[in-house]
Amino acid sequence: MSTKGKVVGIVANLVTIEVDGPIGQNEICYIDLSGVKLMSEVIKIVGNLAYVQVFESTRGLYVGCNVEFMGRMLEVAMGPGMLSRNYDGLQNDLNKLTGVYLKRGEYSEALDPEKKWHFKPSAKKGDTIIAADWIGEVLEGWIPHKIMVPFNYKGTGTIKSIASEGDYTVHDEIAVVVDENGEKRKLDMTMKWPVKVEVSCYVNKPRPFKILETSIRTMDTLNPIAEGGTGFIPGPFGCGKTVLQHEISKNAEADLIIVVACGERANEVVEIFKEFPELDDPRTGRKLMERTIIICNTSNMPVAAREASVYTGMTIAEYYRMMGLKVLLLADSTSRWAQALREMSNRMEELPGPDAYPMDLPAIVANFYSRAGFVTLNNGETGSITFIGTVSPAGGNLKEPVVESTKKAARCFYALEQNRADSKRYPAIDPIDSYSKYLEYDEVREYLDEKIEKGWVDKVLKLKDILLRGKETRDQINILGDDGVPIEYHIIYNKAEIVDFCILQQDAFDKIDASTSLERQRYMVNLILDICNSSFDFDNFEEVNTYFKKVINQIRQMNYQEFKCDTFNEMEKDLNKLLEEKRLSEFSRREQLMEEVLDEKRED
Amino acid sequence: MKTKAFQKIYTHIENITKATCTIKAEGITNEEMAYVDGRPAQVVKINRDYVTMQIFPGTQGVATNAEVVFTGKPPTIKVSDELRGRFFNAYGEPIDDGPPVEGEEREIGGPSANPVRRKQPSELIATGIAGIDLNNTLVTGQKIPFFADSDQPFNQVMADVALRAKADVIILGGMGMANDDYLYYKAVFDNAGALDRIICFMNRTDDPPVERLLVPDMCLTSAEYFAQDKKMKVLVLLTDMTLFADALSIVSNRMDQIPSKDSMPGSLYSDLAKIYEKAVQFPDGGSITIIAVTTLSGGDITHAIPDNTGYITEGQLYLRRDTDIAKVIIDPFRSLSRLKQLVIGKKTREDHGQVMNTCVRLYADAANAKTKLENGFDLTDYDQRCLDYAKEYSKKLLAIDINIDIDKMLDTGWEILAKYFTKEEVAIKKEIMDKYWKG
Ligand SMILES: Nc1ncnc2c1ncn2[C@@H]1O[C@H](COP(=O)(O)OP(=O)(O)O)[C@@H](O)[C@H]1O
Ligand SMILES: [Mg+2]
Repeated sequence: MSTKGKVVGIVANLVTIEVDGPIGQNEICYIDLSGVKLMSEVIKIVGNLAYVQVFESTRGLYVGCNVEFMGRMLEVAMGPGMLSRNYDGLQNDLNKLTGVYLKRGEYSEALDPEKKWHFKPSAKKGDTIIAADWIGEVLEGWIPHKIMVPFNYKGTGTIKSIASEGDYTVHDEIAVVVDENGEKRKLDMTMKWPVKVEVSCYVNKPRPFKILETSIRTMDTLNPIAEGGTGFIPGPFGCGKTVLQHEISKNAEADLIIVVACGERANEVVEIFKEFPELDDPRTGRKLMERTIIICNTSNMPVAAREASVYTGMTIAEYYRMMGLKVLLLADSTSRWAQALREMSNRMEELPGPDAYPMDLPAIVANFYSRAGFVTLNNGETGSITFIGTVSPAGGNLKEPVVESTKKAARCFYALEQNRADSKRYPAIDPIDSYSKYLEYDEVREYLDEKIEKGWVDKVLKLKDILLRGKETRDQINILGDDGVPIEYHIIYNKAEIVDFCILQQDAFDKIDASTSLERQRYMVNLILDICNSSFDFDNFEEVNTYFKKVINQIRQMNYQEFKCDTFNEMEKDLNKLLEEKRLSEFSRREQLMEEVLDEKRED
Repeated sequence: MKTKAFQKIYTHIENITKATCTIKAEGITNEEMAYVDGRPAQVVKINRDYVTMQIFPGTQGVATNAEVVFTGKPPTIKVSDELRGRFFNAYGEPIDDGPPVEGEEREIGGPSANPVRRKQPSELIATGIAGIDLNNTLVTGQKIPFFADSDQPFNQVMADVALRAKADVIILGGMGMANDDYLYYKAVFDNAGALDRIICFMNRTDDPPVERLLVPDMCLTSAEYFAQDKKMKVLVLLTDMTLFADALSIVSNRMDQIPSKDSMPGSLYSDLAKIYEKAVQFPDGGSITIIAVTTLSGGDITHAIPDNTGYITEGQLYLRRDTDIAKVIIDPFRSLSRLKQLVIGKKTREDHGQVMNTCVRLYADAANAKTKLENGFDLTDYDQRCLDYAKEYSKKLLAIDINIDIDKMLDTGWEILAKYFTKEEVAIKKEIMDKYWKG
């Protein structure tokens, strides 16, 4: 018999319940408000009192309402049919909910119970199995969706029977397995898993070594993220976090994209609903929606379910990772999740940490990020979850608890900068403060040597030097005036501007410029390094600025053209003509000296 | 306040604080409305049989034996066409000497629209102000505040925008509004012959601050009636949301909650989002657009109120006095309409995006030149041209007193660009350049 209780206290969505039996931390219960069941989660237990956070509005709730405890934690149901769905943070299928407004207490099934899937067994009677082994597959859209032994299966078992090829619903029995003690278990095509626990029935989680192409130049070229890696995008409002994540979700080279809209604007999700079914995946030509799952808890939806939404997203990602897929998980914004934790912690009158966030925030964030990764599966195949979250720091100040906690947990840091955004230098990722730790990995360097060209990372580091010198010379020019610095400073500065304008800046709203292949990025890096490695003949600094503006303009025009199309080639010719007008045959000794001085100063 | 048979009445108050009182009572529901000594109050906390209420007008003079009457329901408003042309206080009671409104009684602060039932906004709102239409185009279903110091003429701009927006219904929510400003709005709407399209919920400077907390929900529940039931285009004006947030902090402070940044409650983001997210475009044509005012103190946008607002709204419009032309302009740097790309170049001319970006980029170059000048450095010829350009751009396009259509704004943009710059400096996509360049 399950434990029951009665409501004895209510403050906003924190409800106190007197219980009549055993309950567990994080256990789910339903509060009965005149027939409407409000889903809640236990977050603290004191004696026979359970403190629960209600995932719905508590308006109208009163002392004495009956509560039923479910004996399980918050879990998601997984199986074929999740692809292309729009779920809320608790995995309700939003399209199945009736009415214009969200009614509380209305829940809908995550998986379609009636739809038949064409199942093909891949295991046979007598095979031994462990948790997460593949025993068959169905075609879910274009994904060969593996039917797996439930992740909670303990020990080794043997297949006693398995369904033959044919059409089955997710709840039809497709296999029976017996374990070492002779205990039988019937399997269907679904399983449930508690969202706050990592699915860890893989063999190991080696260091990631491949690059996940995003088609965003300032990421791929300058600070690439590894497949199975982690990254985060902090930035003040309006600097481009959401646009950047949308661009990544449109162009990244992943099998499956899970977008968690966490406590942000509804219209931004509507944009995905509307555009993804129409836009093509640049690599496969399929519609983007065919590789997307949306988990949506927008800022006006119940606060407690915000926390659930990121975990729901991660757990679904883990499920598909176990099929050997390359999953990209995006969450916008993880700060809202942290704030939801803060609201609850304050209501429970816990001792607050910095900025009133809970003391264990860093641990919670670290634990979540560590669930991403590249894994080797039981059968030797690999799968991955790359996770990129945005952070919305209060007042744009990067020294706040959520940024600091995330910085410790994520390996790529893409800091969006107000000044860049103000001058419309999009994407506004600060090229100097941002980093990718993966560039330091030997395995990544080797991979890039193979994948792009030998010595690639050295070229990337060169670009970074150019940008750094550009910033330093700009500061000098600002302090000393145009005339107060040697003309070479203007040249060094303008070379950095070429890198900035032509590689870093990318027009998210231009069809062609929005997405750049690695091949094209390689071309651009070589083209621009070649310009930066040349010296030019100038009489005065005004000439420098005018000339480089022309160069920049020419390359930007090329960026708007299809790579290597006729117009592009014409423009390239014009560019070369322009370069030859001023290019010197040898690199200027003076410029080189000044570069060296700048580099030395910095190292001191 | 007439009492009815089923209402629960108590006369023994246990605790009284500045904003709340607690009594022993049973069967009371969360967020239910009550009257304490005739003053409107709302249940905010229940602990067994102790019920705590927030008393909107404050607790001054409330005695422990005051009468407490529970209404058994959360705050509500009666919605119908009769709302049009009427003026109410924060509780939805008429302040215009008219009769009470009859209609369907609805709870305020109701649930949010299912995101999959929304439509992506795509209908442009033309205001004639180039700082808005050209650089920060608005669409129906958007939510956007003006960020302005309190001495700036945001009320005038709001009124202009409201009247030009071609909305079916305009709902004005005043929070801590000065009586003079209230009369100003009334006069402007009256002069424009728009009074029958106006609905007003007013909390004035001399009304109790906590009452303000009801104003946005009153406005938005009425808005939902017109937008969803009547499929109308509704424009909601909320001013001043900073004073609304101040009221939130008063309440949370009196309830001993741990404050977060700038003594604001930790839930400020959610509290504001619940209001602003009511902005919506429905597929059948109805929409709610919210234009708000968030006053700043000394232009500080890192303060928790504008900061949280910026994270919620779909952009923000900054007013700034441009001393070079002695006019108030819409600052092109920090202003932003996040939904502008839904209409720019789609509902407007193809060159819109490029003209907009180029003009702003060159305006930024002018700002740099200005810094140079102030630091005593020589200006290059390019710098000088930028400065001249900036003045003209500001005067002809950024000033808030402009009222022209968008094509004219674009043409003006091209003219100014060609007057001061070369083709290379303008650096616009070739196809567009070939077609529109006026050099
Ligand atoms: N890559 C980009 N290209 C062009 N415009 C951009 C880009 N990124 C951002 N923007 C502009 O900035 C606005 C705000 O971006 P958004 O991603 O919503 O900011 P955030 O999520 O950081 O608050 C967008 O509406 C758009 O106008
Ligand atoms: Mg965003």
